This record gives sequence, C-alpha cells and structure tokens, in this order.
Amino acid sequence: MSNFMNTGKNPRQKQRERADTRFRLYGLTALGLAMAFLVFFFIDIIGQAIPAFHVTEVKVTVHYSDAVKSNYNKAIDHKLRRIVSRGWLRALPAQLKAHPDMIGTSAELWVPTDSRVDQYIKGHDGNGLKPKYQHIVDAMQKDGRVRQVFNTGFFTSGDSKLPEQAGILAAAVGSVFTLLLTMLVAVPIGVMTAIYLEEFAEDSKLTRLIEVNINNLAAIPSILYGLLGLAIFINFMGVPRSSALAGGLTLALMTLPIIIIATRAALRAVPESIREAAYGLGASSLQTVWHHVLPLAMPGILTGSIIGLAQAMGETAPLIIIGMMAYIPEPPTSILDAATVLPAQVYTWSTESLHGYTERTAAGILVLLTVLLSLNAIAVTLRNRMQQHW
Amino acid sequence: MSTEKNNQLENKITVRDLKLWYGDFQALNGLDLDILEGKVTAFIGPSGCGKSTFLRTLNRMNDRIPSCRVEGEILLDGTDIYAPEVDVVQLRTHVGMVFQKPNPFPKSIYENIAYAPRIHSLVNDGPEMDELVETSLRKASIWNEVKDKLQQPGTALSGGQQQRLCIARTIAVQPDVILMDEPCSALDPIATAKIEELMDELKQEYTIVIVTHNMQQAARVSDYTAYFYLGDLIEFADTHTIFTAPTHQKTEDYITGRFG
Amino acid sequence: MTTADLFLWFFGGLIPLSVMAFWIARGKALSVESKTNARLHSRPGFYGLYGLTWMALPALVASLLFSVAHLFRLFDVPPTMLLATAFGLGSGGLWFALSQIKADFRARQAVEKVMRGLLLTAAGISILTTVGIVLSVIFESIQFFKVISFWDFITGTQWQPDTAFLIGAGRADENVAPPLFGSVPIFAGTLMITLIAMLVAVPIGLFSAIYMSEYASHTARGRLKPMLEILAGIPTVVYGFFAAITISPLVVDIAHAMGLEADYTNALAPGLIMGVMIIPFISSLSDDVIRAVPESLRDGSLALGTTKAETIRHIVLPAAMPGIVAACLLAVSRAIGETMIVVMAAGLRPNLTANPLEGMTTVTVKIVEALTGDQEFDSAFTLSAFALGLVLLTATLILNIISTIVVRKFRQQYE
Repeated sequence: MSNFMNTGKNPRQKQRERADTRFRLYGLTALGLAMAFLVFFFIDIIGQAIPAFHVTEVKVTVHYSDAVKSNYNKAIDHKLRRIVSRGWLRALPAQLKAHPDMIGTSAELWVPTDSRVDQYIKGHDGNGLKPKYQHIVDAMQKDGRVRQVFNTGFFTSGDSKLPEQAGILAAAVGSVFTLLLTMLVAVPIGVMTAIYLEEFAEDSKLTRLIEVNINNLAAIPSILYGLLGLAIFINFMGVPRSSALAGGLTLALMTLPIIIIATRAALRAVPESIREAAYGLGASSLQTVWHHVLPLAMPGILTGSIIGLAQAMGETAPLIIIGMMAYIPEPPTSILDAATVLPAQVYTWSTESLHGYTERTAAGILVLLTVLLSLNAIAVTLRNRMQQHW
Repeated sequence: MSTEKNNQLENKITVRDLKLWYGDFQALNGLDLDILEGKVTAFIGPSGCGKSTFLRTLNRMNDRIPSCRVEGEILLDGTDIYAPEVDVVQLRTHVGMVFQKPNPFPKSIYENIAYAPRIHSLVNDGPEMDELVETSLRKASIWNEVKDKLQQPGTALSGGQQQRLCIARTIAVQPDVILMDEPCSALDPIATAKIEELMDELKQEYTIVIVTHNMQQAARVSDYTAYFYLGDLIEFADTHTIFTAPTHQKTEDYITGRFG
Repeated sequence: MTTADLFLWFFGGLIPLSVMAFWIARGKALSVESKTNARLHSRPGFYGLYGLTWMALPALVASLLFSVAHLFRLFDVPPTMLLATAFGLGSGGLWFALSQIKADFRARQAVEKVMRGLLLTAAGISILTTVGIVLSVIFESIQFFKVISFWDFITGTQWQPDTAFLIGAGRADENVAPPLFGSVPIFAGTLMITLIAMLVAVPIGLFSAIYMSEYASHTARGRLKPMLEILAGIPTVVYGFFAAITISPLVVDIAHAMGLEADYTNALAPGLIMGVMIIPFISSLSDDVIRAVPESLRDGSLALGTTKAETIRHIVLPAAMPGIVAACLLAVSRAIGETMIVVMAAGLRPNLTANPLEGMTTVTVKIVEALTGDQEFDSAFTLSAFALGLVLLTATLILNIISTIVVRKFRQQYE
C-alpha cells in the first residue's frame, strides 16, 4: 500500500497539486508586479530628472556699452538675443552700475541660454524654438560655442518665470522652516500626550475618548487638515496666509497622531519590571518615566517622529489649501513670510506647459525622494540598531 | 531494546536509526522502534525529551520547521515516508493527527468535519456527506451532544467536546494511523476520561500513537509504551512490563517519580 | 506691533525669565538648607522647577486670556500692556514661590502636579484638533447650505457654480442662470476612481501579504516588506506627476491602439496609480492579521492532508477575513481622501459616466479648485469646498469606525 507516492496519482490529486502551485504563483506575481512598478517608476523619474541637472551655455561676445544700462538687449548681437537667457541679460544693467569701469569693454563669455535652446540641444525638437534660431544654434554647435555644464542654479536660486533660472532653493528653505515648526510643535505635544495616555491616565471615559479620537485623527484625509488650517489658523486667528507658520502648524496637527501612536507603542514595549524596579527604589511616577522609561523608549520615539516628519515633508494637499503654492522667487527669511515647500514647488512646476519646467519637476521630485527615502532609511536603521528586545 | 516479540502482529510503522536536527542541535539520536497495527502505543518521558518531535516526524508535520533535518527511515506499511517520491499531502491522509490544544476551525461543527472529505472528494455533498459527518461524530462519541447544533461554530463547544470534534475531523478522512500529541493536557479530568474511553474504542479500527506526560494515562490506555530521555529511546516494551519491571534504571526512576 | 513681533517679544522675554526663575529658586532652596542645616524635602532641582512654574504659568495664562478675548472680540489690550501684565504676574508668581520655599516644603509633589496637568493639556490638544476640524467644516458648510439647499447638493446632477459670485454681489434676483451645486457627478467620479484603485490594490496587496506571511522565508520577508513600504513613502504629489506625465498618455495610446477614445484626464490613470499607492496599506495590515491567525489552525488543516493553498484559502483567509475587510475599508477611506494624484491627473469637469476612459472629477479636486480659485471667501463657490469636506469627513469617520469595530471583534476572537 503506497498510495501516498507521487507516482500514479489520480486526476483529482493532480488538479489539487496544480492549484497549489498556481496559488503560490499568484502571490509571487503580485509581489513581482509591485516591484516591477517600483523599478519602472524610479527609472522613469530618474530618466526625466537627469537632463535638468545640466544646462546649456553658449559662448558669445558681450559688449558692455553705455546703452546697455538702459537697454540690456544691446549687450549682444541681435541675432543671439533669443538664444541667451533673458534673465541673464536683465541682470547686466545692475552689474554695470556696480562696476562702471567695465563700460566700453567687451568680452567673450559662456552665457546661459534660453530654456528653449537648452531643450533643443537636449533633443526635444521644436520646443517653441523657431527654425531660424535652430539654425543659429546648429551653427554655433559646429563652432564649439555650445556646452553643457552642471546646473548649480537649480540648487542656488528660487522659483522663476524663466524655466532656465528656476531652482529649488526657496522651496527647500520653506520646507526647512515649515518642518522645524512642525517638529517643535508636534514632537513635544505628541510625546507628552503619549506619556499621559500610557503612564498616567486611568481607564476613564475621557481617556477612552482621547484614544478613539487619536485613531480617528490618523485616518482623516490630509486635505481636511488644510480646511482646518484655513478656517482656524488663517481666517480665525489671523496667521498670515502662505506662511511657514500656518503650514507648520497645520502639518503639526496632521503629524500629531502618527507621533502619538508610535510613542505609545515604544512606551508599551518597555517592560513593566523596569517601572516596578524604579518605584521599588522610591522614585515618583514622574521620575520613573523621565529617568527610566523614556530613555529606553527613545529609539522608538525617534523612529516614529522621523517617519511622521518625513510624511509631513512630502505632504502637499493641505499646504495648497492654505496658499503655500504661491510664486516664491526668494527664500523666506521669517516664518511669517509667504513661503512654499518642495512638494508644492513640484506641483506648481508640473502645471507649467514648458518642457523646461517638466524636467525641473522631475529633478525636484528626485531631490525630494532622496531626502525622504534617506529619512526613512535612517528611521529603519535606528529601529533595527537601537531597539532592545525584551 | 526488546522489539522482537509479538511477531504474530504486523508492524504498521517501522522506524530505523532515525536522527533529527533543528539547525545544529540534534534532537533525536538514532531511534529504532516498531509500532504495531491496531494497538495504542504511548510515548512518555520528561519534557524536552523528543517524544513530541518524534511523533511529528511520523506524518512529517516537522517539515513545517525550516531548520529541521531528518535522517534514517520511517516505513509506513513498508514504504519509506521520507523517500523523495512521497507526496506529503497524501501521506497525511493516511496518518492523521490530534493536537495538544483543541484547534477546531472557526467554522460550524458540520463544516469542521466536512472540510477535509470535501477537499479529498471522498464523498459528494448532500446526503452522503451528512452520513459521513454523522458516522465520524458518532465514532468520536460526540454525536449525541452536537446533533442538534451542527450549524453552530465548533469553537463554541467546551474544551473536551472540541477535542473530540478534532478527533472526529481526523477520523472523517479515514486514516490508518492517528497520532495524538498530549491530547488531554488542556482538558479537565472528566473530559480526559471521555477521550481515554474513546481511544479504547478507536483502536479497533486505527493504530494510535499517543504522546503523554501523564504516566497513569499511558498505563491506562496504551498497549505499548516507549520511554524517551534526551533524544534517546531508553526503553520500549509492552505497557505492563514498563510499569512493573522496567529493565533500565532511568525508566524506573522516571515512573516512580524520583526524576522528571 | 504685529502679532509676530508680539510673539517674539513674549517668548523672547519669557524663556530667559523662566531660566532665571529656576536658578533663583534653586539657589534659595540651597541657601535655606545651608542656613537652617535641615535636609531639603525634595532635590534642589524641584525647587527650581517650582519657581519656574510660578513664573511661566501666570504669564502664559494671562496672555492666553488676552488672546482669547481678542479672538472673540470681547476686548483688546495694547501689546505693551499685555506684555507688562503677563511678566508682572509672572514675577509676582515667582515672588510667591520664593516665599514658599522652606526645607520641609514638598516641592516635588507640587511640581509633579503641574507636570501632570501639562501632560493632560497636551492630550487634550488631540481632541481640540478634532473639534477644530469638525467645527470649521460644519460652520462654513452651514453658510453654504443657507444659499444652496442640502437636498439639491446631495441629489443634483449638475455642477455649474460659475455664477455663484453674482449672489455675493447682490445680483441673485437678476436675469442670470442660477449656479448649480449638484454633487452626484462628483461623488460618482470619486467612487469610480476609488473602485479602480481598489481593483488594483486589493488583489496585489492581499496576494503579496499571503506570499510574505505564508511562503517567504524570514529573510526574504525582511527584505520584501520595506521594499513594499517604499510605495507608501512616496509623496502623493510625485504619484500625481507620474500619473499625469507617464501613465495618462500611456492609457490614451493603448486605448487608441485598441480603437477606443480616451481623454488625457481619464479616470483610469489616477485610479491605477492610487491603487499602487494603497498596496502597502492593504499588504501590511493583511500581513499582520494573517500572521495573527494561530499556527494551530494551519497545523490542524495540514494534518488532514490538505495542500498549503487549500489551508490558506479555506482556513487562514476566512479566519483573517475581518481584519482584511477592515484593511480594505481603511484603504477606501484613504482613496476617497487622496488629493494630489487626482488634482494632477484627473479632470476638473464633473462628468456622470461609467466609462473610466473619460475625464472625471472627485470631491478632493473640487475642494482644491474652490479654495485656490479667485472668488471671495464668502461666495457659495468657495464655501462648497467645506460642504464637500463635510461629506468627505463623514465618509472617512464612518469607514474608520466600522473598521475599528471589525478589528476589535477579530482581536477578541483570538485572544
């Protein structure tokens, strides 16, 4: 009797075996699809972003004549006026005023080009560049008067109406301001709330209400926090619209439940025996929490806070509602100045039709993703390295 | 080790030089043992002695543990169940198992029994299945208690009833051997007595192997008893001999309570 | 003096003053100890904190009172007076605290009482946030429903708000077409995109979870899970860009290749990408509940000679079903509240259709449109954002409450 062998199976058994294999394959396929998406996504975004890290420059003769002071167009050959960046030309009169000795001289310079030329060189044909200019650019390229350099301006300037001058600095500074505020508000309040709920609260109606409340808050769509920010902070309290203060406070409320939930989990993971040991030595409840429980829960609290802040950093919807998508060419200098943040900058660029903005959108995304994924990686490493297992 | 007697009875399971490792740790050190058809064989020994591990090799439930490795042979009716061409899924329809903690599925009592026969297409749904469910429950001596509530969840029964439901579930697949891994350790004495009674009836039809930490139980229900200690089979004989005149000092120490 | 300056002056003054108060009170306690030669009841730091509390708390309470009064327009005080009152009260508090400090004074108990109060206040902020969201949405919605009937809003099939500003301009009675705020097509668009997202996320998320919890080795699982969670860490604005720039044209091309018409603002592209975004929600929640199904049930089933797939399908999944359902409900609430993907990739035009290749719009798109438009805040068009927000809030809360109850039932079953 050996009917549990592989040989001589009846069709029913074979069918069951195939079903077993198929089921496992479904799982693999699902994971494969998700991973394939990730790969496709990153290749696509990086592919779109890479061109933005280089800009085209052309070598032209610049005449610093007196007339340039009033009409910057006169600085270069009129044929080339549509080739070089208008933003660069506009800066000339001020430069001449600062250095009057330059008047009357001329120089051969590498000068940034108009975005259309840049796009033409990068292979996006006819991106608004007229054929006659295309010919000029072709000719200059033959003479070796066209080159590509690293786009430092992308990191050192703010938004601009000219795609070749648009950068992420203003948005990055805005993000830092906003996130600092978010951190300063959300982390202490979140940690204190968690300490209260885990270590001090009796099981009362109020406690349970707070708990249910926090779970609900975590599930509320972020855009509703935008409505809250608009109605309460801006309209009711009079915080300036578009400011980092309004954004920071709004994001802080949004991040609060994440930090509370993570901190509570970290506090709960500290074994009761540690608390009993401290109480046994005559420590008060506050001393026990402050000297013993909190230090042990710190890795978990940090991890939760970093993840919460990373989420806040990538958030766009509530900030658009409170106006943080304004055109911000200069970095804000205070939390009350109108500001924008990286994701909102990405959003505003994505609504522009010029291709020069599209590639900058992708580049901005790449910067944002790099920061966010690093933050998450730090959080995960922290959790794995420092968390003790009881 | 006196395994040669009772030649007139047939070996159901023959174990030869069975070794088992969990990673680098050797849990079984070369066991030889014959389990006879239609008898109750009990495994006793202190905890961690390998008796449950050994039981789980008999229907290859230990395959579920990734670090587990087995050497040697276990013959079921003369066929090595660790041979590469063995289908584990089919093997388990021949060697059923009842676990330490009752584990009825979160389904109705009826579905608990009908689940496996339906998958194996043993009978068709409808009257045939009703009949199989009834016979299985009757054989497990629980029919009278549940016949009016077959659609209620199996998890709502008492612990002892749940365990008998699990036995009925095993019987429904019509196995040759039933393995029982400390089936009464989670039950009260009355429920235990019922299960023991049931085992006595079941051995008419099935070969039963039971692991127990309770020596009185081994003495009451089994025909043969094996004493395990630290991964070794110390002594294997008919139950009467083991409990009255064990050959080994270790066995004597254990059954008299001097150790363990 | 602007509000900002006031803030600056207040905290710029309060923080150094509080630090000072700490050291003064601590010094006082130490000198008391050395003078009277009696042992202090508490550690000197607690006396410092006691002083700090009496300095900062009165000042904070006073300024809070003034702010509340200002907000509700009860009375106004000039900023300088506010600062003077606050710091004056603080100094008074400190003076009182110093007079209390004696060797047997129980500073620790006093400080701990205050700390507890602070912790409770922090916990209260979460409630205030909810109240804030609910109130701000309801209050503005009421303004909206004063102009537009609730019934028309909920059941109307036409959304044409363009003439809404005329009401605000006092020209409602003139011969202009009345604005229409029928939100049915908007709800329909939201549901369509949510449905597409769930069709992507549920199978992929669930099967990924099954594979990770039942088949993958421990190490493989440890690598796969963080990879999947990257999907949840990508900002929605990035997904939106990807959907609009890469996926939408792809959908249009494929549709054309199959001889179908598709808009560039089709519902399919944002739906698919939203589905991808939601995969990790479903997979990690399902993974948790699948792993919570006791091992003994798997053993029981396998011992009956069933295959692994049969055990998963007939025993494990039914047992984990409540948790999986709860995960899906949470995912639905995530999908209907998702904003950036649809703002960037879906349409603006409300469109009542069952064809996912046509442009559609969603509740969140309309909220953003209404609040970033140039209409007056009081116009019905702007206020419609809050009415839509109210619908969104209600739907999310209901979904969340149901899923919480389902999960609690599931937990009870296996504890």
